[in-house]
Amino acid sequence: MDDLLSEFLTETAESLSVLDVELVKLEQNPEPQILSNIFRLVHTIKGTCGFLGLPRLEHVAHAAENVLGKFRDGELDVTPAAVTLILTSIDRIKMILSHIEQHEAEPEGDDKDLIAQLNAAAEGKLQGAATAPSAVEAAAAPSQPEPSPPPESASQPAATTAAPAPAPAPEPDEEDDDAAASGASVPAAVAQVPATTAAHPVAPPAAPAPAPAPVAEAPKEPSVASQTIRVNVELLENLMTLVSELVLTRNQLLQMVRGKDDSEFATPLQRLSHITTDLQEGVMKTRMQPIGNAWAKLPRIVRDLSVEMNKKIDLQMIGAETELDRQVLELIKDPLTHMVRNSADHGLEPTEERRRIGKPEVGKVVLNAFHEGGHIIIEITDDGRGLNIGRIRQKVLANGLATEAELDQMSDQQVAQYIFRAGFSTAEKVTSVSGRGVGMDVVRTNIEKIGGTIELKTQQGKGTSFIIKIPLTLAIVSALIVECAGERFAIPQISVLELVRTTANSEHGIEVINNAPVLRLRDRLLPLVSLRSLLRLGGDEQGRSETFIVVTQVGTYTFGIIVDRVFDTEEIVVKPVAPILRHINMFSGNTILGDGSVIMILDPNGIAGSTGEIAGTSQAAAEATAARDVHAEDRQSLLVFRAGTPDLKAVPLALVARLEEIEVSEIERSHGKPVVQYRGKLMPLVSIDGGFDLKSEGQQPVLVFADGDRSMGLVVDEIVDIVEEQLKVELSVDEPGLIGTAVVSGKATDIIDAGYYLTQAWGDWFGSPEKEFQGKEDTRRILLVDDSPFFRNLLTPLLSVAGYDVTSVDSADKALSLREAGDDFDAIISDIEMPGMNGFDFAQAVRAEGRWSSVPLVALSSHATEKDFERGREVGFTDYVAKFDRDALLQTLAQTLKGAA
Amino acid sequence: MNQIVPSTGKRGSQELASTEDHQEFVTMFIEGQMFGIPVLMVQDVLGPQKITRIPLAPPEVAGSLNLRGRIVTAIDVRLRLRLPRRADDKGDGMSVVVDMKGELYSLRVDSVGEVLSLPAAKFERNPPTLDPLWREFSSGIYRLEDKLLVILDVPRLLDFSKSEIN
Repeated sequence: MDDLLSEFLTETAESLSVLDVELVKLEQNPEPQILSNIFRLVHTIKGTCGFLGLPRLEHVAHAAENVLGKFRDGELDVTPAAVTLILTSIDRIKMILSHIEQHEAEPEGDDKDLIAQLNAAAEGKLQGAATAPSAVEAAAAPSQPEPSPPPESASQPAATTAAPAPAPAPEPDEEDDDAAASGASVPAAVAQVPATTAAHPVAPPAAPAPAPAPVAEAPKEPSVASQTIRVNVELLENLMTLVSELVLTRNQLLQMVRGKDDSEFATPLQRLSHITTDLQEGVMKTRMQPIGNAWAKLPRIVRDLSVEMNKKIDLQMIGAETELDRQVLELIKDPLTHMVRNSADHGLEPTEERRRIGKPEVGKVVLNAFHEGGHIIIEITDDGRGLNIGRIRQKVLANGLATEAELDQMSDQQVAQYIFRAGFSTAEKVTSVSGRGVGMDVVRTNIEKIGGTIELKTQQGKGTSFIIKIPLTLAIVSALIVECAGERFAIPQISVLELVRTTANSEHGIEVINNAPVLRLRDRLLPLVSLRSLLRLGGDEQGRSETFIVVTQVGTYTFGIIVDRVFDTEEIVVKPVAPILRHINMFSGNTILGDGSVIMILDPNGIAGSTGEIAGTSQAAAEATAARDVHAEDRQSLLVFRAGTPDLKAVPLALVARLEEIEVSEIERSHGKPVVQYRGKLMPLVSIDGGFDLKSEGQQPVLVFADGDRSMGLVVDEIVDIVEEQLKVELSVDEPGLIGTAVVSGKATDIIDAGYYLTQAWGDWFGSPEKEFQGKEDTRRILLVDDSPFFRNLLTPLLSVAGYDVTSVDSADKALSLREAGDDFDAIISDIEMPGMNGFDFAQAVRAEGRWSSVPLVALSSHATEKDFERGREVGFTDYVAKFDRDALLQTLAQTLKGAA
Repeated sequence: MNQIVPSTGKRGSQELASTEDHQEFVTMFIEGQMFGIPVLMVQDVLGPQKITRIPLAPPEVAGSLNLRGRIVTAIDVRLRLRLPRRADDKGDGMSVVVDMKGELYSLRVDSVGEVLSLPAAKFERNPPTLDPLWREFSSGIYRLEDKLLVILDVPRLLDFSKSEIN
């Protein structure tokens, strides 16, 4: 059933039961207050059914309302007969409702009889003909209780009109003022009513006819009206608070039992824990509402705007069913409305302009809501003109928010962030052209108030999109517990990006520029805030052997908070701080931890504010984007070590099976070469420079490379670090065993050719690989297409060792010319991201024609997501392997070749 | 030691505590001076508690503590009255928990004494020579046999917005 309709049924059922009671009260005690309440209820029903398109219901309610209106205005007196009539109409409404509930439509027939009576009553003709309608009523409402309404109705008005003496005769006159005639009016009125009643003896049987049927059917299934109940929101809030407390207590218990495996409490506690979680979810659900509720007003607003501005606007709302806490919903309603209005009003160009610049006439505003990792993401996107960066620059300059030199350094995206600045909404706004400055600071403040973040992306001529990230619920949040100067604090997990540990002797310590601490984090400089000095906790950071940096993001501003220690994350219930502490904007609240202690919750927004940097305008915005872009390229984990010489050497971590430390005393010699018993097999040890300067005692670090059941140990002096880096071999060298030199973490590092050492160990151990493999089977020919020399250098030996004859080329075009030249291969391995023709196009070209059309094709890429997989399959790749997953590559190749053979 | 007094609800039983012209007060001591708070304002009397410091808070705010799942803000009455910090503060002081507009505050004092029922006849207004700050926080004085009892005006004591202007 339609949501709206079922809501209406529920609501009306409630109103009707109230009406029953109120009407009876009214009859006994005609107080204006009761009357107005009744009037209001009936009026609401009338209004709603008009809206829902239920004419029959509406007419009855309307007629009843008329009578009630007369009651209210004192034009009619409340008589039992009149009340009965109203009750009858309410019964009729109920009858129609129950039919709607079952058939989602109004029953056939009409209510002329009832309406006529009601109208007559409204005109004051009820009393005179009281006997007649009551007879009719008897047919419609068989449970007519009063056998003697006429005398009562006749006497009561007389009493209430404060004219006790006059006979009933003049009284109809008085009431019947509309009826014009004085003397003739009484008979006329009397005559009229019987006339109407006489006119429809046919109707009553017709109208009640559908009534008994639904009533009889009703008990069979629980009606919609009784399936839902209305609960006061306050009750739900209380429940939520109680559940939150329960969660805290549960956490507290868990913490006490943690580490005691044999505790007899473990099992019941686990059960308690599950039930608590279920209960929490259940209660949360009661507070959840679809975000569509907050959007309900938008189509209308956009429509009005579209008429007013004479623009064609298409408002698309995606994910309206996404649910979020009603408290959050209430808080984002206004910001959302504001932003949509902005998008439609200022973001979209007028229709003529769109036509002129070749855009579709209808401008699009898209609202998209979805869940992502415990948060709700709401995107508001328009395909309009984008923000006017030039105007914003002018405005920034005019307001003195930045100097011209500073602005020149900024990218457009950075400049755009200024619209979130407070000063931007006032004074002569950017209006007419961009206009987005209006109230965006308020929007941001509102969203940050509920622990959310807002991002902005704009592109000149293409449109603007806002991305809002808000927590699912405000009641329970996940927080990271940190310690500083012996005090513990909680930081909401939503703003924590990562944690960095620095030690006194680590390579990347905290550096200081004129007392401002910074950290080199990968390829950018991270501004740091010392929690100790920020909160004036006292003590000294110097001399600590290690500190932690909580990398925090507020809007697009990223900074690090220096703390002494980091504990785990806990689910906490945010409680507001005492009013006398509200002025401290470093805290967003406080809470009680699992161990029962009180802890303050840090507010990243407040901290960011205190550093003088208002979120949203930092360089970090562009840097973060840059960092993401880099990430999209081939970043890989490298194992950095020292061996032989003091230079740093590195090898892709994925190639290394294990890191081992071997007791020197366990190293044996075989054929003059060192070997070690490793996992029940002999493993040859290879040193980087051929010499063997093994330690004389103690532990020897070894990188273990394994393939199948064979493994090889590369002896190293020291393992330095594992870093994630975009690998670019800057210098190639001819030295065997080295691919070249690259910059890793800012230092020149030799990238070693693992394949070379593999052949060394295995070559020596198993004899010449060529002989070995040629003896086994025909050598399979493999074509490797990859633009990166690093990969070609890495994979060629690897594949050779595995027994394949490898031909490598650096582009798809060259590969295709090999095809033209008549070369044949058993399998082709191709990179995806390549300059010129990419992997997908290459695959299509291969599959399209020529004699390679059935050769197995394996794609090799750093993007091994499900989507890439799909795409790869579509264009004809046989399989898809993640770069650096060398085992998978060899396995895939073997399988593919087997399948092809 | 925790007297459980309902925190909310109607305490219409004002007469109970002030039979005829008598008022009941919880007494406490700071630097030997006796202070009193109307007994009906008092929620709990606490012994030494684990208190979490609140950075950046006014010095009088000792921190916050957990009282049966509710967060209570601890106020050091000694500092609030501009008395010197206790030299030998071992954190063994006692606290009186009061409810102010739904928020709980714990007033840290040196020790808590008995509950006294005092006749209104013994009540006097603050002598004009009293320190203005004390005059602000005191609603009057009771003359006892051997000493004077300063009645603390809790709402004013906890109104930090005003005192900051001073």
